[in-house]
Amino acid sequence: MDFASAQVIGAGLAAIGVGAAAIGVGNVFGSFLESALRNPAAADGQQGRLFIGFAAAELLGLIAFAVAMIILYAR
Amino acid sequence: MAEAGKIDPMHQFTVEPIVPLHIGGYDISFTNSSLWLFIALALLMGFFMLGSKRELVPGRWQMAAEGVTGFVDNMVKVNIGPEGKKFMPYIFSLFTFILVANFLGLFPLAIIPGLHQFTTTSHFSITGVLAVLSFSMVLIVGFWRHKLHFFSLFVPHGTPIVMVPLIFLVELLSFMVRPFSLGLRLFVAMIAGHILMEVFGSFIVSGLSGGPIGWGVSALSFLFIIFVTLLELLVCAIQAYVFALLTTLYLNDAINLH
Repeated sequence: MDFASAQVIGAGLAAIGVGAAAIGVGNVFGSFLESALRNPAAADGQQGRLFIGFAAAELLGLIAFAVAMIILYAR
Repeated sequence: MAEAGKIDPMHQFTVEPIVPLHIGGYDISFTNSSLWLFIALALLMGFFMLGSKRELVPGRWQMAAEGVTGFVDNMVKVNIGPEGKKFMPYIFSLFTFILVANFLGLFPLAIIPGLHQFTTTSHFSITGVLAVLSFSMVLIVGFWRHKLHFFSLFVPHGTPIVMVPLIFLVELLSFMVRPFSLGLRLFVAMIAGHILMEVFGSFIVSGLSGGPIGWGVSALSFLFIIFVTLLELLVCAIQAYVFALLTTLYLNDAINLH
């Protein structure tokens, strides 16, 4: 296998991590909605934590994207 | 990117000098990056000058400016407490500046020929500086208020003695990674969105010359890009909010310890 094809395959594999982060972000918002509908009075106070959880989950997906880009444009 | 044809999705991020300026071997040219930073600054200043005339009956601009100020003020109050009042200007500048810079990058100005706007927050040199600013503020405030007690931040209450060295190392590591994660999140989110939009924009253009199937691809890409643009507007706001929120949380750690 030559370098260019290995590079593209590697970038594609690294992009799987973005999908995994999508599951994480969906989980964060899904769980928030589920519990917010059970106790709507407490929901507004937890928005800060919601976004912290979202940021933490999203960061890992963004890192996967950065890794894919680094692999794709490596010389 | 051999597949994308002539359209290079990374080209939009190139920094080009507008007024070349070299002093003592350093390149300090006035670039398109600096130009768009200044435009963001000018827009912000204009908005808040219009909005802070202190009228007794607030007009539209003042209501908008007060809304933004109240939002940030509330966030700082909830997360830090009454002592956060003096950090409110910094958080406010961070939030509004990142928000305006993000939105400027999405503005469809490129339909005017020859005008290419530049997303300043899509470069780690700018988000990284903002993140280091926040991080050094946390360090200075922490050591100023608590002297060497600041290190107790790394040992949560009720940790068993045996576990202290290990927990200390883990907490220290997670503390040191903060500036990187803060800067990286904003810059990668911006880059990813803009590359996505550019790639699907190129699908629309190259699909037009591909017969009926190509037209189908074009139409689908067009619908998709509308969706992505809306998503990107959301992401811009969320990233600015998350940056400001995380800065307040880190400051809260430094002010109130645990």
